[in-house]
Amino acid sequence: MNAATVTRKPYTPKEAVERLRHGDLGAWPVVGALIAIAVVFGSLNEHFLSPENLTNLALQMAATGTISLGIIMVLLLGEIDLSAGSVSGLCAVVMAILSVRQGWNPILAIVVALAAGALVGLLHGIMFTRLRMPSFVVTLAGLIGWQGLLLYLLGEGGIVNLPFDGFVAKLSDTWLPPWLAWLIVAMLVLVSGGSSLINRRLRLAAELPVPPAWWTAVKIGGLTLVLAGAVLVMSADRGVPLLLVIFGTLVVAFDLVLRHTAFGRWMYAVGGNVEAARRAGISVTRIRVLAFVLSSTLAAFGGILSASRLSAVNQGSGGSDILLMAIAAAVIGGTSLFGGRGRTYAALLGILVIQSITNGMYLLSVDSSVRYMVTAAVLALAVAIDSLARRGSTP
Amino acid sequence: MISAKDVSKRYGAVQALQDVSLDLHPGEVVALVGDNGAGKSTLVKVIAGVIGPDSGGVAIDGEPAHIGDPHDAQRLGISTVYQDLALCENLDVVANLFLGSELRKRSVLSHIRMERSARDLLTSLDVRIRDIRVPVAMLSGGQRQSVAIARALIGEPRLVILDEPTAALGVEQTAQVLDLIRRLRERGLAVLLISHNLADVRAVSDRVVVLRLGRNAGEFRTADATQESIVAAITGAAA
Repeated sequence: MNAATVTRKPYTPKEAVERLRHGDLGAWPVVGALIAIAVVFGSLNEHFLSPENLTNLALQMAATGTISLGIIMVLLLGEIDLSAGSVSGLCAVVMAILSVRQGWNPILAIVVALAAGALVGLLHGIMFTRLRMPSFVVTLAGLIGWQGLLLYLLGEGGIVNLPFDGFVAKLSDTWLPPWLAWLIVAMLVLVSGGSSLINRRLRLAAELPVPPAWWTAVKIGGLTLVLAGAVLVMSADRGVPLLLVIFGTLVVAFDLVLRHTAFGRWMYAVGGNVEAARRAGISVTRIRVLAFVLSSTLAAFGGILSASRLSAVNQGSGGSDILLMAIAAAVIGGTSLFGGRGRTYAALLGILVIQSITNGMYLLSVDSSVRYMVTAAVLALAVAIDSLARRGSTP
Repeated sequence: MISAKDVSKRYGAVQALQDVSLDLHPGEVVALVGDNGAGKSTLVKVIAGVIGPDSGGVAIDGEPAHIGDPHDAQRLGISTVYQDLALCENLDVVANLFLGSELRKRSVLSHIRMERSARDLLTSLDVRIRDIRVPVAMLSGGQRQSVAIARALIGEPRLVILDEPTAALGVEQTAQVLDLIRRLRERGLAVLLISHNLADVRAVSDRVVVLRLGRNAGEFRTADATQESIVAAITGAAA
């Protein structure tokens, strides 16, 4: 076997354009957008790129980002979950009532709230698969219905305060000491570098093509730079927030599940071609129900993180623009609305884009009217790119 | 040998099949031809387990076989490539080849083992795809058809049924697919080819079975048959 067949050649410009036309853009447009945002807001306001503000940004991302991660699970199937916001609020209220009014152990209260989220997702999934209702109708009913249940549960008063020194509130006020943050970075780099190396060895042993060594080195180097930069910036302020670590862990864990398990493969298959998946013997119903369960459970967890930040739940929990921000983040991050395309990192990158635009405009004291319009424009742009990419890929 | 014996099927007032029989031998390409509505698709669906016949059935090596659904058929070594291919365009070639029967440890996918077998399979069939890790959406029509046929071989079947494999293809790609069908025969598989295109049928098949109005209407050795005699059997004109 000669070298030409073992090394997978980099794409020629023509092939690169071809891939772009088929919507295989990867994360590059988002990275470009982030750089543009940093340059624009950084030059308009000297506070935007300060460690304090960037750390705040990291803290603000986690709750909506987690909800967005759940949305990605249903978007991958080409479906939509409009109830994620309401479900996040409802489950946060369940958690707050159990832990504060009933005096339960907070961890137990969180587990029960997550189970409630899973149950809601199961209900959505069954209505979608058994009653064959369109997913947007099922979850639109959920959007209103679960909001109603939230108001009913809160009852008189309409607010439950979480103790500031309690477990839940502490979640969003815990900061990693620098040594721990650096340890985590070192472990991540070692594990990802090590697994690339092992994978490369195994592929060579099986006489399969491998990417050029310099490309793997560049990827590991890039990862190291990004992680180290983030830790450096946040350590200059209060440190890396625990909330960001939790969100990051979820993103990485779900990415591994989607790419390396049969379940993940079948999610993409159902999103790409339901009929093909069914004929291949995949239980489409089970995959669909599971996706809705995951979406609502992650929404519940996002709601709990959000309650932790606010140290309270109230009638507005999970309301206003949280749902739209979560969907927008998923799409901006590169998840296709048409199903079958996207990775969990879309939640991280997308929420970073949306949150930094929102944050930047707050700093510039831009009126909320303008903020809404700008956010809408970014969402519209992301969907337009997605739609064009889809058109390019249909023969 | 896999055979269909005296298969009848009625849809309401329409007798789609009436006592149709068909023998399929290993290492032989049988072409099933007939006009629209002759019962070709119905017969194929019976063999593939998509529909159950009213009477008659499928026998394998002379033993009657119970085929209740497509999975039964697959387990018995009957693999079908439908006209719409049923590929997931967003997944790569390897993922499509192993869809639904992924190689895995516990539930973790064995990427390397799957890619190695995919490469070996495609190489043995002489299917040329430059990068099998790109989404199937980026392949040509002939390449997709080849992937769909290769996928039918994953479960080590004895019979491969091909439904109009060349209908949507250009001249060069048709030639590729016909070559692929010849290689299936060399591997000792029984191949049942449904086609409207008599040129393709004559180019690749060993035997031609003609259906007309749901009945057997003639059987020819391709080498001995003339185009005219096949057409006459299809149309029912006295030969």
